[in-house]
Amino acid sequence: MHMADALISPAVGVTMWAATAGLTLYSAKKLKENPDDSQTPLMGVLGAFIFAAQMINFTIPATGSSGHLGGGMILAVLLGPYAAFITLASVLTVQALFFADGGLLALGCNIFNLGFFPCFIAYPFIYKQIAGDRPTRHRILAGAIAASILGLQMGAFGVVLETLFSGISELPFVTFLLLMQPIHLAIGIVEGLVTAAVVTFIWKARPEILNMAGAARPIGRLDIKNVLAGLLVVAAVTGGILSWFASDHPDGLEWSMFHTSGKEKLEPAEKGLHSLFARLQEKTAFLPDYGFMKVEPDKPSKHEASAAPEKKEPWPAVSAGTSVSGLVGGTMAMGLAGFIGFALKKRHKQR
Amino acid sequence: MAKIASSFLDISYLDSLSCQQSPIHRLDPRAKVIATAFFIVSVVSFGKYEITGLIPFFLYPIVLIALGDLPLVYLLKKILLAAPFAVFIGMFNPLIDRAILMNLGPVGISGGWISFASIMLRFVLTVSAVLALIASTGFASICMSLEKMGAPNSFAVQLLFLYRYIFVLTDEASRMVRARALRAFEGKGMGFKVFTSMIGQLLLRALDRAQRIHLAMRCRGFDGEIRVFRQLTFGRHDGAFILGWFMLFVLMRLVDIPQWMGNSVTEFIR
Repeated sequence: MHMADALISPAVGVTMWAATAGLTLYSAKKLKENPDDSQTPLMGVLGAFIFAAQMINFTIPATGSSGHLGGGMILAVLLGPYAAFITLASVLTVQALFFADGGLLALGCNIFNLGFFPCFIAYPFIYKQIAGDRPTRHRILAGAIAASILGLQMGAFGVVLETLFSGISELPFVTFLLLMQPIHLAIGIVEGLVTAAVVTFIWKARPEILNMAGAARPIGRLDIKNVLAGLLVVAAVTGGILSWFASDHPDGLEWSMFHTSGKEKLEPAEKGLHSLFARLQEKTAFLPDYGFMKVEPDKPSKHEASAAPEKKEPWPAVSAGTSVSGLVGGTMAMGLAGFIGFALKKRHKQR
Repeated sequence: MAKIASSFLDISYLDSLSCQQSPIHRLDPRAKVIATAFFIVSVVSFGKYEITGLIPFFLYPIVLIALGDLPLVYLLKKILLAAPFAVFIGMFNPLIDRAILMNLGPVGISGGWISFASIMLRFVLTVSAVLALIASTGFASICMSLEKMGAPNSFAVQLLFLYRYIFVLTDEASRMVRARALRAFEGKGMGFKVFTSMIGQLLLRALDRAQRIHLAMRCRGFDGEIRVFRQLTFGRHDGAFILGWFMLFVLMRLVDIPQWMGNSVTEFIR
């Protein structure tokens, strides 16, 4: 469920980046308050462990597929929320940079979806509550499964919301939701089972490790002032950016119905930075008449007028001329870019 | 997870690419990170039916790859490997959005296909830019540049630590996987129970390793803070690199160059 850059809009990407940066700064500050310096190598090695553990998989009976460790919950259990969040963020950064699993702009979304929910919601409010201070086998199992399922469900819901707000995918809200939530229910159960098994294993073999993680970082000792300040910043950024959405979509439900009814089709993207850029573009473009989606039948632009004889159908948007010139121009631009690259390489080689 | 196993070979290969000497490699990592970030934001800021306007943006990854002497075919393969998610979500666009937006002679092309093509273009652009960034810069330099640009020290140190131990632990894990595969006949032993104890053992070893590393660090005077040695010099070249691309991206974002070129050509022919 790593989101890709190609599917998000700048407004969503930047907002989630701001939220994630705030969380990372906050977690880093919390870690600094804790003078335990064995944490540094532990976090690094456990982050690498997540990668290594993902190479080991098992066959899920009766399905023919295989499962492996996801990692968010196990890190939270072993490290506590703050260190786990930073470790997960680093894991996702490496995945984004080396494996192109989720883009650079989408990294904020991905860290938030896969890090914030398990570390700051599912772990303290579900796992800790169920497993308690004196865990038993069953409590660990129940806590890990419940926390993994809920953490992943919230993460999947985050993916759905972020994708919808970006408006690049056509998937209607309900369809997308029905697609994402059940898949992640299954993944959550597997993840919960694996987490429970590993935690139980550690709890049997080296119980002091779990006690250490549980005791060293009490939750609830939150510095309210800092939390409020952070929230304020996030709210200001969010408000500033989301206010663009607000004008178009006064209400999430209404918006999703609008989307589902499939009427928005012929409109150019009219929200967020898109509209800002689009307006700028309209003002500055040499060719305001370009664009297959602009429906302006009343005032045929200069170019359409010149291509008028070919236009038979009543469909307003596009004359064949515009499409063809778009294709010709696109091919030329691509060729030119390729040629520049080729020339640069040649020149570089000669030197 | 054959993909993951081979991906780790890729990490070291990508990193070895960053050790070359080229005009791109010599740039300050911050310049490349900032330019790439601006590139991605400009690319994704287009409307969802945009195709022609996106094409000039190929110039950026192409220039990085050409000047940085990076292997094009290898990078293309990596892009293909990462494609399934974007394809999976994007495929719904042609199914849902069927209004014909464009006619090429007798063939009508629906809005869904146009926006799908747009998604794929964005995907190739953003992924190739990130891969070119990492291949021409190297992970350690990117971490340092992040720290210089205000990321918390503990996050930068975490990235460096993680990166250092990925190789060690994945080597260990791949040996375990191979050992199990050699002893597992007809799928026996691939089940949950064996898996659990393997993961558990791996985790225990990782924890022990962390403890040893910690002790070794203490012996060498570690006091809880890691000082990252960095020699980053932000010169005139770097400023020019950022500024040049910045202006070019703004131009390409505001002016649909291919459409303009295409129009002039078709006008001329007519």
